[in-house]
Amino acid sequence: MGSTVFKGGVHPDYNKEITATMAVSPMKPPSKVVIPLQQHIGAPCEPLEGIEVGSEVKRGQKIADSTGFVSAPIHSSVSGKILAIGPYNHPLGSVLPAITIEPDGEDRWDESIKPGGDMENLSAADIRNIVREAGIVGMGGATFPAHVKLTPPAEKPIDVVVINGAECEPYLTADHRVMLEQPEEIVFGLKAIMKVLNADKAVIGIEDNKADAIRVLEKAIEGEENISIAHLHTKYPQGAEKMLIQVTTGRVVPAGGLPMDVGVVNFNVGTAIAINDAIREGKPLTERVVTVTGSGINRPANLLVRVGTLVSEVIEACGGMKESTMKLIVGGPMMGKAQVNDDIPVIKGTSGILALTDQDMYLAESSPCIRCAKCLDGCPMFLSPTGIAQFAEFEKYGDAEKLHAMDCFECGCCSYVCPSKIPLTQWIRIAKAEITKAKKK
Amino acid sequence: MLIVYAILALGLMGLLFGLMLAVAARIFAVEVDPRVEAVKDAVPGANCGACGYAGCAKFAEAVVSGEAKANDCIPGGEETVKAIAEILGGDIETSVSPVATLFCIGDCFKASDRFVYDGVQDCAVAGEFNDGFKNCSYGCLGYGNCVKVCLFDAIYMGKHGLPVVDEEKCTGCGLCASACPRELIQMLPPGEEGYLVLCSSQDRGKTVSRACEVGCIACKACVKVCPVEAIEMDGKLAVIDLEKCTDCGDCKEKCPPGTIHRRSAIPSEADALAAAAEKTAESA
Repeated sequence: MGSTVFKGGVHPDYNKEITATMAVSPMKPPSKVVIPLQQHIGAPCEPLEGIEVGSEVKRGQKIADSTGFVSAPIHSSVSGKILAIGPYNHPLGSVLPAITIEPDGEDRWDESIKPGGDMENLSAADIRNIVREAGIVGMGGATFPAHVKLTPPAEKPIDVVVINGAECEPYLTADHRVMLEQPEEIVFGLKAIMKVLNADKAVIGIEDNKADAIRVLEKAIEGEENISIAHLHTKYPQGAEKMLIQVTTGRVVPAGGLPMDVGVVNFNVGTAIAINDAIREGKPLTERVVTVTGSGINRPANLLVRVGTLVSEVIEACGGMKESTMKLIVGGPMMGKAQVNDDIPVIKGTSGILALTDQDMYLAESSPCIRCAKCLDGCPMFLSPTGIAQFAEFEKYGDAEKLHAMDCFECGCCSYVCPSKIPLTQWIRIAKAEITKAKKK
Repeated sequence: MLIVYAILALGLMGLLFGLMLAVAARIFAVEVDPRVEAVKDAVPGANCGACGYAGCAKFAEAVVSGEAKANDCIPGGEETVKAIAEILGGDIETSVSPVATLFCIGDCFKASDRFVYDGVQDCAVAGEFNDGFKNCSYGCLGYGNCVKVCLFDAIYMGKHGLPVVDEEKCTGCGLCASACPRELIQMLPPGEEGYLVLCSSQDRGKTVSRACEVGCIACKACVKVCPVEAIEMDGKLAVIDLEKCTDCGDCKEKCPPGTIHRRSAIPSEADALAAAAEKTAESA
């Protein structure tokens, strides 16, 4: 076991008390769902044969898939009629193809939904296939297809599975709530992952500001010898893959490498529950817990929302948005994406909807760098954010790459600590995009 | 006594090395055309790259070798061309340097915003985020990428949110035109005559009129009225061919949103501010 804290990082105001004690309640079925064909990292899906405007679909029916390996199929989250197939606003800030479905209100499940059978009888390949067919992706927000993580190359055996219950993003409490309410499902999902990977050890990492969740999960793993719980120091970005692996296993993921390089694979608690649901009940991933919070929301809540529900409807279900709202963010305040309007669907990776009023935020003018090096101290990857940002500003992307810009995972600590309010993360993001573009050429 | 030896020894060594250097300079001498130096002194020396060569020195070499023409140096203008002609002898055709013209008059009072943008203050970056913060996804974003690249201090950002070109200072090098991520700046031959459609939007008329008070709505009124057929539609945008334009001004009269202006009367910063002040007075 390594140290329980990593170097760098920041301590933002967590503001989790707004929704931390609110149990997850299912949101009433939406009046319309818009299901984007790209909800994961990897190849976008294509509508399946027979899925066209006017055709009837049932809940849980697979409506789109891709032949690419790094991809996850997409299922209808309601039963109803397809209204349109075409471009729609996407929470990632562009307009992407999506399938719009009008629910018939009956919520009939597709006939193909049936339990996968007992875990003893399922082989690793069976489970992997169930996970792929259920369209499960990383629910922490990165939306990396889960079955890909469950298929490590033979030369990189996995011996430790790390479950991420850190939830270091301020405001969000979705993971916190599911840990309190579905501990048994998490442990079942974790065991399935361990079986597929043949891993003999697992660690569930939880930040120590969620003491109740630690207690509940400790009870749930009683008698399990190879599963332990790591009490993590509360610090942002504790839930980032590399930081989490370092503090729970003491292993350091090499620069540019993946957790599997050090024999570790990392899943979010929500993903473990989705795997549980897929195996035990045969349910594909069609709904998820979303924290709707912030000073701009009239009645903050943790809601179980169907994938494809429009953010405007989710906010409506929470009593609407206040007049003084200045910013709408999908995700958490540190890594989430600011939105232009609320006419966007909830996707598989939407962990939170955050509305901030002018009390919580202000627009800051940025001023020149004063070389205080606070961003260097705050960077958990030990990069030089100000250096990379300056190279990006002068379009010297090659030099930015030499400063390891590609190792940045955009946690936002540098922008958070900068006293000159320089949008460092945004500049680094530009540098990363340009470096990737240059490599593709 | 010692000091005399030292002076003698060093003096002799100095002479010896000097001799060696003199011989080496004679043997390894590099022929330099004195005209290259003269041409280099004659050009403005801003290293702007408008000629297509890597700096003024390279351009001077190219001119002397006959590879480049003297009037390729756009910032230098007539004066430089004459100076080069004097150095190299012979007739060299002069050319007039073009002027940067912004094909957007949707200032911050006329073109509405969709949301408050609070990110990196750079046109290219702001334009990437959700197609820019303006309702018009073709118009000027006003973060002044063109201002930043101008070597001659010929563009500044007006208070109305559009860049203003100082025609006196503009050398026509075209750096601003290539810096604009939305390609709103065109280099046109200088002149006061002729009319221009000062818009670059390819959106449908309905979308344009919602986004901007002065955008081209593709109604084709100008195309129909033009007596010399100088106006053509490029997609959803009317474009006037300055070579054919007879400066009659019929199109300006017909244009419903007022996108067309005579080149001598392109709305200035002062016009825009006065119009905005008038509007606020009206609404108050």
